[in-house]
Amino acid sequence: MTLLTRTCKEVAALLIAREDRHLGLADRLALRFHLKICDTCPRFERQLLTIRQAMKQWRNYSNPE
Amino acid sequence: MTSFEQQIVDLHDYLLKFARLQLRNEAWAEDAVSEVIVAALAKPQAFENRSQLKTWLVGILKHKVVDALRHHSREISGLESGEDDNTDPLEWIAFKADGHFLESPADWGNPEQEMNSKQFFMVLETCATQLPQTQGRLFLMREWLELSCDEICVELNLTPTNLYVQLHRARLRLRECLELNWYARTKIA
Repeated sequence: MTLLTRTCKEVAALLIAREDRHLGLADRLALRFHLKICDTCPRFERQLLTIRQAMKQWRNYSNPE
Repeated sequence: MTSFEQQIVDLHDYLLKFARLQLRNEAWAEDAVSEVIVAALAKPQAFENRSQLKTWLVGILKHKVVDALRHHSREISGLESGEDDNTDPLEWIAFKADGHFLESPADWGNPEQEMNSKQFFMVLETCATQLPQTQGRLFLMREWLELSCDEICVELNLTPTNLYVQLHRARLRLRECLELNWYARTKIA
């Protein structure tokens, strides 16, 4: 693993971890680069962002009822 | 009954839904909601509309729920045996030897696109309900009570590593449940 290179598996682990803890600078940079060149990881990222957004709306009771 | 009392009683089921989801124990949930109602009746206040009253009651409920979690912390932090093993949650997703996804994750589109769908949120709630007990409690502590990981660890005497594993499992389960019960279905329909 060079400084900024991560596999999709490593990136997936970072994306999940990001929901609950603060990532270090090197990891954040590596994520940003990987997400630019990868076709599949951005989909996984959008799935997690969807859940993040949905939970936010749900806990603020602003979801449609 | 005054209209204030009636309004509070009418919201009983609404409050119980959240208490159940968070506490995962019928008796604890009912106790917490009863305490909310007693506390609310003791301090009647004027609200312009039902949604303000709801917000006020949910605020009280969150405090009662945190008290209950604290009170039962021993029972809660003992992770149920048989609830998943100790594998890395990421093992649930298949990767090739070189670290690529074996199957590309499904395209869920824009994260905002389902946010006006009542049905989507019904599926989300069902999926959250189906999380295993411990994972569900911890996930809701993060996402509904909005506690930090540090706070949860202190309240339940968990190590951060243990908490993260449980939360990551919960997130991956929720993702899988939404994929199966929402995205895969809406694509077929």
